[in-house]
Amino acid sequence: MLYNEPSPLEVKVVTKRFGMPNSHSLDAYLATDGFKAFFKAMQMTPEQIVEEVKISALRGRGGAGFPAGMKWSFVPRTSPKPKYVIINADESEPGTCKDRLLMENDPHQLIEGILIAGRAVDAHKGYIYIRGEYRYLIEHMDRAIAEAYGRGYLGKNIQGTGFDFDLYTHSGAGAYECGEETALLDSIEGKRGIPRMKPPFPAVVGAWQSPTLLNNVETLSAVPAIIRDGGAAFAALGTPKNGGTRMICLSGHINKPGVYELPVGFNLLRMIHEVGGGMRNGKKLKAVVPGGSSCPILKAEECDIPMDFDTLAKIKSMLGSGGTVILDEDTCMVRFALRIMKFYAHESCGWCIPCREGTTWLKRMLERFHSGMGQKSDIPMIGELSKNMLGRTFCALGDAAAMPTISIVEKFPEDFEAHLNGQPCPYAHAAEPVFA
Amino acid sequence: MADLINLTIDGKPVQAAPGTLVINAAKQVGIEIPSFCYYDGLTLQAACRMCLVEVEKTPKLQVGCTLPVAEGMVVHTDSPLVHQSRKGMVEFLLTNHPLDCPVCDKGGECELQDMTFRYGMGESRFLEQKMHVDEQQWSPVVFYDKPRCILCYRCVRICDEGMGVNALGVVNRGAVSEIAPNHFDHLECDECGMCIDICPVGALTSGAYRYKTRPWEMKHVGTICTHCADGCKTTLGVRNNEIIRGNNRDRSGINGEFLCVKGRYAFDFVHSAERLQAPLLRKNGKLEPVSWAEALATVAKKFQQAQASGGKFAVIGSNHTSNEENYYLQSFAREVLGTNNIDHHRTGDVPALLDALSGKTDALATSADLYERKAILVIASDLAQQHPFLSFQIRANYRHHGAHIYTVTPGPVREQKYAVRSIMTIPGRELADVELLREQLKAEPELVIVFGDAIKGDAVHKLVAFGASLGIPVRYVCLVDYSNSRGASDMGLAPNHGPGYQAVAEPGLAYDEILAATDLDVLWVVGANPLKHLDLASSRAFVVVNDMFLTETAQRADVVFPAASAYEKSGTVTNVCGEVQRLKAGLQVMGAKPDLEIIGLIAKEMGQDIGIWSPDKVLEEIRTNVRGYNIPLPVIATGGAAQTTPVNGHVPLSARPELIQSARDSLFTSGSLGRYSKMLNSVLEGPGGLYSEERP
Amino acid sequence: MTFSPELEARFAKLLESYPPGRTRSAVVPMLLYAQDEVGHISNELIEEVARLCKVTPLQVDEVVGYYSMLHRKPLGKYHVQVCTNISCLLRGGEELYEHASKQLGIANKQVTADGQFSLEEVECIGACSWAPAVQINYDFHHLVTPEKLDALVAELRKAQ
Ligand SMILES: Cc1cc2nc3c(=O)[nH]c(=O)nc-3n(C[C@H](O)[C@H](O)[C@H](O)COP(=O)(O)O)c2cc1C
Ligand code: SF4
Ligand code: SF4
Ligand code: SF4
Ligand code: FES
Ligand code: FES
Repeated sequence: MLYNEPSPLEVKVVTKRFGMPNSHSLDAYLATDGFKAFFKAMQMTPEQIVEEVKISALRGRGGAGFPAGMKWSFVPRTSPKPKYVIINADESEPGTCKDRLLMENDPHQLIEGILIAGRAVDAHKGYIYIRGEYRYLIEHMDRAIAEAYGRGYLGKNIQGTGFDFDLYTHSGAGAYECGEETALLDSIEGKRGIPRMKPPFPAVVGAWQSPTLLNNVETLSAVPAIIRDGGAAFAALGTPKNGGTRMICLSGHINKPGVYELPVGFNLLRMIHEVGGGMRNGKKLKAVVPGGSSCPILKAEECDIPMDFDTLAKIKSMLGSGGTVILDEDTCMVRFALRIMKFYAHESCGWCIPCREGTTWLKRMLERFHSGMGQKSDIPMIGELSKNMLGRTFCALGDAAAMPTISIVEKFPEDFEAHLNGQPCPYAHAAEPVFA
Repeated sequence: MADLINLTIDGKPVQAAPGTLVINAAKQVGIEIPSFCYYDGLTLQAACRMCLVEVEKTPKLQVGCTLPVAEGMVVHTDSPLVHQSRKGMVEFLLTNHPLDCPVCDKGGECELQDMTFRYGMGESRFLEQKMHVDEQQWSPVVFYDKPRCILCYRCVRICDEGMGVNALGVVNRGAVSEIAPNHFDHLECDECGMCIDICPVGALTSGAYRYKTRPWEMKHVGTICTHCADGCKTTLGVRNNEIIRGNNRDRSGINGEFLCVKGRYAFDFVHSAERLQAPLLRKNGKLEPVSWAEALATVAKKFQQAQASGGKFAVIGSNHTSNEENYYLQSFAREVLGTNNIDHHRTGDVPALLDALSGKTDALATSADLYERKAILVIASDLAQQHPFLSFQIRANYRHHGAHIYTVTPGPVREQKYAVRSIMTIPGRELADVELLREQLKAEPELVIVFGDAIKGDAVHKLVAFGASLGIPVRYVCLVDYSNSRGASDMGLAPNHGPGYQAVAEPGLAYDEILAATDLDVLWVVGANPLKHLDLASSRAFVVVNDMFLTETAQRADVVFPAASAYEKSGTVTNVCGEVQRLKAGLQVMGAKPDLEIIGLIAKEMGQDIGIWSPDKVLEEIRTNVRGYNIPLPVIATGGAAQTTPVNGHVPLSARPELIQSARDSLFTSGSLGRYSKMLNSVLEGPGGLYSEERP
Repeated sequence: MTFSPELEARFAKLLESYPPGRTRSAVVPMLLYAQDEVGHISNELIEEVARLCKVTPLQVDEVVGYYSMLHRKPLGKYHVQVCTNISCLLRGGEELYEHASKQLGIANKQVTADGQFSLEEVECIGACSWAPAVQINYDFHHLVTPEKLDALVAELRKAQ
């Protein structure tokens, strides 16, 4: 089982079984409160379940942070069409590696969360959309699902409650865009992962033309605890409107990179220094990507903040998917911006003009710029072209490419200036590769 | 009608029906919102982002082509932000566009050029290298140049939604996405070229037209396609007396922008090297070119001699020649030659339908009805192969209005894909199987019945009786094959009726009887090729042929007159739905003359007066004399279609209805014309020729 | 085309997992599983998947080029995928990739002459907290150094 040394500062809710022997087995799960929430939920009305999730202030862990309870309430329960629960395990946002741990270490917690969601929206089939690269997890989840079927926790008349639910895994095949919820729906229907027009929202017209509840793995993994211990208890762990805990994936130039479960609203500097063991080699902090590559970057001096959705929104960034990447003083921001843009250009689905052409143009421009062939006029143009994408693309991938780029040129103009006039990258020598 | 919604666009008040898209609401008040991917009648894409507009109280620019109007909405299409956004989009588009306008087929007609001119910026800020991808040939007629493609997906949609073929898709991802054909490196499809036509830029080009000319060097002549009976308007691009292109860019005419492979490309028979350019006269057993004077004199003399000796005449007319020519020809036969031995290759039992509908009004369907009426029943025809435009109309009706389609056919047809009910029938059982649909059809509010040659004679009356028993308004289309098959029947190229289905006192010989008569003295064949399949029994017959080519029949002739094609003459033709439209001469081919003129010259040579051979004058006569043809001139003069009215009264039943037989042309054949179209032959032989209709 | 009985069984199960009539949904996983067995995606495979999923070959072809894990050309027996995305970049991912390229003597998406190895610079593979990360076929390798990579490659070379 992949897991890092836990930190004493963690508040373990969804990761509480991590590190236990055989934490992925149904027996271990049942021995530690497993499926208690499910039985409780079967005694509640669907409306009560949704209400409890609303009280928990649980917000989507996939990136957008949409209040989960509210999303659940949008699914037309009484529609005569079949309804589906789809679990977004595409986990492709650079900097993010948490859903993987949840599925690996505690698959039954996710299954229980899915069952409760199914009960709440009257769905009887679920699909876990797992990125193709996570093949071992597909096999792993398939084994857990088979175990649950074998013991009557999936299938017909689950544990005599009269509730039926079938659960399947579905493999992606390498496409970041398929993490976007509507592109995911096209992908699960066997098509190119092209996003759909909204409205209608997936809750109303989703997979196979039917109402579909789509949530991230971490979002649903939090549900058993919420139902079992009450939404209020979960909410109390975080800050107002930002309930519970979040798995923070610390990576980059720190001493103890790893995935840590922390209350929403935990201070970012404390995360770096107290949870993550401080800056590697005693270097100075230069910047932080707070929640995955799509989020506008924070300068060191902006980092003394509680990590919750609203605070980050206030300083024009995002909590995103919890991929917190730490950059030290030796990092070349041009190279960093280039790598980000290279990613988005590679992953743009190509559907709309501004994203398809904009990301590619910016990537090539940054390549040229980083190689020392930049012109002074390129610097404002990088921001300007990004702004020509921002808010004008079909889906949020265009924004995801534009936002970090705009923030990097605006916050680190000196790094760009330093590459002008054919000068070699000023960080080329300072930054010895860190390697592991 | 639901209440109208009030909104404001650029300060102008607009009222629009609920559900109207902002881009169309703006159009109502003369405000153009630029668009590439939005296309009337096709599904929405929201991909090009050219149509972004400002809507008050929304933080982001909104997508004009997908945003429905809302009460009190305030839209700005002319603000600095909107202009800046459009400029940015055009700039993005041009980054990887080759800008080879000077050699691009689309130059001058390109929406990207126009858009750049109107909304773009003066200079390029793109300093990187452009990506090059080689041009691909997908079929004899379709070429794709990826770097020019702006990925508006119009081609993909017109092929799938419009044509029901679904031969184009998108492959790869991101900036290297491109359009791809259905068989990896080549297309197997209808080859209709709709994708090329709809492409806003020069990414899809036509094998027939590419690199041949600049659009402004051509004159554009709107006339009617001379192939099947559907009567599509086609605009010929003519330069130096040569047709270079067929399309219908201005979307006028009954077919809008629709054209099939034949209407779009099969004009090239006109320039075939095998075209006859001088009259031929048999001398010492061999056909030799002679002057018009000599040929005319020979024919006139022969006709007069035969007349004097009480010889037996027969005339076989054409289903491609104009109404005026057909009218004139039958006048000549009946008045000058004094014979009712006149017929043509009949492909549908129009007389039986008109007879059965006698006394009914509103019972003949127009081509527009196929797009508008709520239910359509197709009996015994593969429309996608034989009537591409009618098939297109029905598909569009299904997509846009959810029309209920029913089919009763002996084999698989494309309409089955969206039919509410399809019955596979066997020949002879069609009516019995139609009966199975009775209850469902009764529940429809209205119906159009389209039937092929399997329904003829008495069966037509039974079908109309069935229609009448449904208790709902029913309209009919009797399918016929060729561009003026309907007109040939209406103009009386028949042994038992004259123009307007006036019965003749003494019916003459029908088609096969003419050929079988051993005592025939003179046979005149105008624009037909009966000897392709049948023998001429009379060895003594003097045979005169008007044709464009030395067909099997022409080879047997004593005199052959080189005839002009429909693209070289004026006049009118009547399509399968009885809609009359005007032919407009696009060019002249050296040596050939329109049949009208040839007939007139022979009459003159014989010293006979059957009126002057001006198409307008003959049309005037038709309008006065032919039942149903009193059509409003201004309509057809302005390029419109005027439907003939049904004949009220008894119509003589078809002579020998068993002769009525469709030639079963496919999408890629067109009777003998098709043989002389290189383009049609190339698609037949090309990979597209493997095209097999409908997958299981 | 024929597949192993295990793969056939997997296909059958896959096709059953979607709602009735939704066989198209199986296209992407089916292509990936088939590629694992036959090595790459040929026209023939596309046609077979189209047949099994009841769609046109074009509808499958459209999908193939979209997903970066689906390959039209054969890969090496061991496909070495080095992540160079942000978290890995910060910990030497790009240098690791350059190192792999030099050691294997091949560039991005190329295959060694003996067909044993192919190399690809990939986007984030979800191992950011254990960067730099490498995937060889489906196996993850975390906290990889050039030395560690060399050892891995040497071991695989020996194993063949
Ligand atoms: C380009 C893009 C990529 C995304 N990738 C993922 C992803 O890999 N995993 C994920 O859970 N959500 C991803 N999302 C967010 C989803 O669209 C969606 O908001 C989320 O899955 C909903 O679940 P939640 O409400 O539980 O967070 C992505 C969004 C965008 C725009
Ligand atoms: S912004 Fe446009 S091109 Fe980019 S991923 Fe979304 S839809 Fe595709
Ligand atoms: S080929 Fe033409 S019509 Fe088709 S997507 Fe490209 S630009 Fe649009
Ligand atoms: S459908 Fe008939 S009339 Fe129309 S273009 Fe084709 S052949 Fe000509
Ligand atoms: S016209 Fe609206 S996005 Fe293309
Ligand atoms: S950035 Fe390399 S694994 Fe995430």
